[in-house]
Amino acid sequence: MIEDFYWQGISRMRYILPVSVLITAFLTSVTALGADDLSFELSLKEHKFTPSELTIPADKRVKLTIKNLDSTPAEFESHNFKVEKVIPAGGEVSLYIGPLKGGTYGFFDDFHEDETKGTLIAK
Amino acid sequence: MLATLLIVFREVIEAGLIVGIVLAATKGVPRRGLWVSYGVIGGVAGACLVAAFAGEIAPLFEGSGQELFNASILLLAVAMLTWHNVWMASHGRAIAQEMRQVGVAVATGQRPLAALSVVCGVAVLREGSEVVLFLYGIAASGGTSATGMMVGGAVGVLAGAGLSALMYLGLLTIPARHLFSVTSSLITLLAAGLAAQAVAFLQQAGYVEALTFTVWDSSWLLSDSSVVGRLVHTLIGYTDRPTAAQIVVYLLTIATIVGLMRFQRSRPLAISAKRSSAEIASEHGVGIRPPRSARATVTN
Repeated sequence: MIEDFYWQGISRMRYILPVSVLITAFLTSVTALGADDLSFELSLKEHKFTPSELTIPADKRVKLTIKNLDSTPAEFESHNFKVEKVIPAGGEVSLYIGPLKGGTYGFFDDFHEDETKGTLIAK
Repeated sequence: MLATLLIVFREVIEAGLIVGIVLAATKGVPRRGLWVSYGVIGGVAGACLVAAFAGEIAPLFEGSGQELFNASILLLAVAMLTWHNVWMASHGRAIAQEMRQVGVAVATGQRPLAALSVVCGVAVLREGSEVVLFLYGIAASGGTSATGMMVGGAVGVLAGAGLSALMYLGLLTIPARHLFSVTSSLITLLAAGLAAQAVAFLQQAGYVEALTFTVWDSSWLLSDSSVVGRLVHTLIGYTDRPTAAQIVVYLLTIATIVGLMRFQRSRPLAISAKRSSAEIASEHGVGIRPPRSARATVTN
């Protein structure tokens, strides 16, 4: 009996370290708004992105501002760098991406996926 | 028309799978249909409101209103699913037992049903508001005829609902004894996936700033933009390029839910779960007809 309790105690304690590491890691990751301000801009007009090819630094967290100059809502989305944000007609949104490894990434307007695409290059 | 069909189908499946799991998880609970309907109707109404006021919501919180809104409703759903699972950990056995007894009404509390109603509502709200915005965008840009859009939308809804129904019926073929452990596991993974999605929104809005690097890229194996990938994404939160923060939160959510369920189960059976069928029946009116599931199980 006593041994059972002992081993139960040990097996519970095994979890304490990894769990507390995870919690600490998460808490330190939740910090206030954007530390650095590497900002880039995109605009959307007549369902075309300008610039259609945007270059950002690799391995850096970047702020991206997108202006929608059209009269219809758009959804800025990328499968490659995982963002998804609705931009109201005539509106402007900002979002944070990365750090991304060097390479070529695609983005598009989810509401006009076939015609409205752009490329993001990280290097 | 095809574009409308595809996007409506996609969003309906995503919401439909969640509703299907909730329905399977509450098999045998009286009045669950009503609560789930409340959730779905509330979600549709909410989706229309969100779409109508998208322009007003976005500029709130310095432009990160969308992300905060999405993250909040996702975390609300996570909390509700956790509650359901923990509640089922102590009452599931009792319910499964009642379902096997002859002519006994299954009586359970209504509170977890309200929670699941919220989960269904949230799922429909999220996917629904995207559909409304998308359709509005197409209609406003004059890309397709109104008839084409209506037909595409209707076919999309039917196909999505059909696939969700198949999934639900598939779950129901699991014997009652195992059904709750299967749905509990599904709901745990579903909740972990939703929590990881919430993290993605917080990262995008700049509220989570560390651990935002991508840990792996499995898009060559299963892209989360493919049909199968999206299903797996909805069900267990699969992402082909997860960030470290997402993985941490995913695992933490599973650990929390499993831990709470174990704790709940290790406690002596709650009085409510131990009450005799007679007591329950007298409280809820003796004449209650047992749910079909209970009657069906008896014949096995």
